[in-house]
Amino acid sequence: MVSARDLRRSAADADGGLRRAQRLKRSGRIAGGVVLTLLGLLLVTFVIGRVLPTDPILAALGDRLSGAAYAHARSALGFDKPLYQQFFIYVFRALHGEFGNSVLTSNPVIEDIAHFFPATVELATAATVIGVGLGVPLGVYAAARRDGWADRGIRLVGLLGYSIPIFWLGLVGLLVFYVKLDLVAGPGRIDIGNEDIVTPITGLLLVDSLVEGQWWIFFDAVRHLILPASLLGWYSFAYVSRMTRSLMIEQFGQEYIVTARIKGLTEAAIVRRHAFANILPPLVTVVALSYAGLLEGSVLTETVFAWPGIGAYITNSLLNADMNAVLGATIVVGIVFIVLNLAAELIQPRLDPRAR
Amino acid sequence: MRLGGFWSIGAVVSSLAAGAAGLGFTASAAAAATPHDTVVMAKQIDDIISLDPAESFEVSGQEVIGNLYDRLLAHDPGDAGQVKGELAQSWSVDDDGLTYRFRLKPGLHFASGNPVTAEDAAFSLQRAVLLDRSPAFILGQFGLTKDNVRERVQAVAADTLVLRTEHPLSPSLVYLCLTAAVGSIVDATLVRGHARDDDLGNDWLKRNSAGSGPFTLRLWRANERYTLEANDGYWGDKPSMRRIIVRHIPEPAMQRLLLEKGDIDYARNLTRDQVAALADQPGIVAQSGPKGGILYLALNTENRALGKPQVQQALKYLVDYDGIAAHIAAPNFKVHQSFLPEGFLGAVTAQPFAFDLQKARVLMAAAKLAKGFTVTLDVQGSSPWIDIAQALQAKFALVGIDMRIAPADLKQILTKYRARRHEMALLTWEPDYPDPNTNAQAFASNPDNSPDAAMKTLAWRNGWDIPELSRRTEEAALERDASARAELYRGLQAEVQESSPYVVMFQQVEVAVHRSNVDGLFIAPAGDVDLYAKIVKH
Repeated sequence: MVSARDLRRSAADADGGLRRAQRLKRSGRIAGGVVLTLLGLLLVTFVIGRVLPTDPILAALGDRLSGAAYAHARSALGFDKPLYQQFFIYVFRALHGEFGNSVLTSNPVIEDIAHFFPATVELATAATVIGVGLGVPLGVYAAARRDGWADRGIRLVGLLGYSIPIFWLGLVGLLVFYVKLDLVAGPGRIDIGNEDIVTPITGLLLVDSLVEGQWWIFFDAVRHLILPASLLGWYSFAYVSRMTRSLMIEQFGQEYIVTARIKGLTEAAIVRRHAFANILPPLVTVVALSYAGLLEGSVLTETVFAWPGIGAYITNSLLNADMNAVLGATIVVGIVFIVLNLAAELIQPRLDPRAR
Repeated sequence: MRLGGFWSIGAVVSSLAAGAAGLGFTASAAAAATPHDTVVMAKQIDDIISLDPAESFEVSGQEVIGNLYDRLLAHDPGDAGQVKGELAQSWSVDDDGLTYRFRLKPGLHFASGNPVTAEDAAFSLQRAVLLDRSPAFILGQFGLTKDNVRERVQAVAADTLVLRTEHPLSPSLVYLCLTAAVGSIVDATLVRGHARDDDLGNDWLKRNSAGSGPFTLRLWRANERYTLEANDGYWGDKPSMRRIIVRHIPEPAMQRLLLEKGDIDYARNLTRDQVAALADQPGIVAQSGPKGGILYLALNTENRALGKPQVQQALKYLVDYDGIAAHIAAPNFKVHQSFLPEGFLGAVTAQPFAFDLQKARVLMAAAKLAKGFTVTLDVQGSSPWIDIAQALQAKFALVGIDMRIAPADLKQILTKYRARRHEMALLTWEPDYPDPNTNAQAFASNPDNSPDAAMKTLAWRNGWDIPELSRRTEEAALERDASARAELYRGLQAEVQESSPYVVMFQQVEVAVHRSNVDGLFIAPAGDVDLYAKIVKH
């Protein structure tokens, strides 16, 4: 005879088991997705490296090589093996974190990334703080004042940020704010006289200088950061404000908002507590994607501002068929992209009011 | 509540931005010019991959090495093709034509304080051959190999180095090759102390210096900057600047802004328009000097039309040399039509070609191509290359030559070029060392024209089979009398000018634009003698 209590317990067990299974399935799905994405990334970078019409041996050892030296280098670098073998060696080495040395800097690629990536992180983070800090509130405001002057103005500013080429903006920005008005510092992360004073801990100048109590270095770094970060932030603002606006407008059309209005809630309360709370989950993805996009490095901004970041590093390496560096940096950027996406995916259920 | 959070972040950002802007105002108003004992340059230096003189082979790296190290002999800038003693006080070759003796100046010291001995010199030259990196072939021409270099290069006394070549070469070739960066003398004690496994200190010397030159290397960071510091114990005239900082500023427009602002003293990569725009600015001056680069149009003779000597000749008459120089290439290039750059032993400066449509038409008719032909030109997609290509295209069209322009990255073009898969290519050639043999071998020598030849000289790449010229090039490298040798090179250049698959058009000129309170940068055709030591600030 099975008691009612046993029944309940087994039902609860079954329920718990089901949930565990679901959780497991979900984690498995995510992990599988991550592995597949990484493998795909490896395959794509490998193929790009091989279809480039640049001879990697020439790129590594120069144009003046004799026939014998060329053949020797070819076998030493493994280019005489069949393509599928080269791919396996490549994946094997990548999984072990071995990216070899960069042809262009002659440093281990990992060291280069550790040096160049923090510069990009600093710039991208500042730009995202500006872009999101202004883009979300103004996007919400634009949606609330749909088709009004404020809405049009905000959309226009966004459109300009999106469509004006950033290298032109960068040059004009420097001309106005650096040369003419003397409000900000010139290209580079820091003044020439202030270089190498801070010992790198994180590689982020703003953080390291504060940790070490070097205030003037911190302010100098801010002076250098503010213009490129504002321009990239404008670009990010354009995307974030537009997405926020359209997400909000979608909510305003929902019946629960009409209900809330009928209940006599103030417009501010509707916007804050109802509509905005509901757009948070997709908005997190928008912000994560925008941040990830900036972390890939912005080649043009980095070039104009002589900012030693990862974008210019990857582009330079690619143009010179320096595949070690391209592979290493692409994998790192790829992992950052995946991690940010994953984080957004994990945060989403916690923000979703319906899931609470 | 949550929304309130976002609103306040927005407020923080705007106040942060405003605060930073205000702060910048006060801070940068104080910092105007560069320090009085420091020279700051903006330059494209992303080509540097190593500062080890036995390894460095890039233009920017050679300039740094020239300021850090001394060689036994140096190029005499006042007298093309002549050498003067740098570390060596006397040098001679025995009657056998094989044994060279170098006697060091007394009392020389490295920056480390160690004395400069013949032992260091022997170590340096042996090391370059043993490491066998790109520039090793320059010393390899003497017959030095990994197996014999220890016995062929020896210190026979504390102040005397002996070098024995395999064949009797032209002494001027040996001397001029030793003026190249690869001939730099390193501090053997210091370098040995930093050697790991069998790398002969290469890993350490990439980023550090061990020389006796006017400066020492404080720091080099790839794609960012290098800093040189004055060598207090320098044996020659001490540099008046304490520090030289060279920052990698990839964008020429940015170099210009920095210069105008006074944040840098020198801008080294300004374009034609920028140089012109700064010409009348008070407080800014331009200086220029010829460099070794030769800009030429390569014609692959395996192409049916381009293989005809009349067509090659016609193309030489279809280039508007002066027009391109005046409207596109100057001041970074000047008209030059022979394969040896001005400043090299035996260089020919005659310019036999000028745009002449009539002559070109006659030549095309003689080639039975009066109606022209279609051809593709590989060219770098950036200025001034692409602009020069368009100027060529317009003139070539006058005789019916339909030249399609294929812009690409330089390394892609070189890949094609080395495989002989191009038709036409617009390229620059940089001499590998400051002796005429480097360019003569490239342009006028092709000992084996077969597809798998070991030597892929420029003549080979263009399928130009020239046994006779190859022999004469070799002969010139062996001629022991320097003036007779110069004569041989003049003959070679004249012949290549007259009939060859190259349209040599321009020689590179470096334009360095600087603040008027700074002066004294020395620019020379060989990259490794651009010197900072004489730079002064008023």
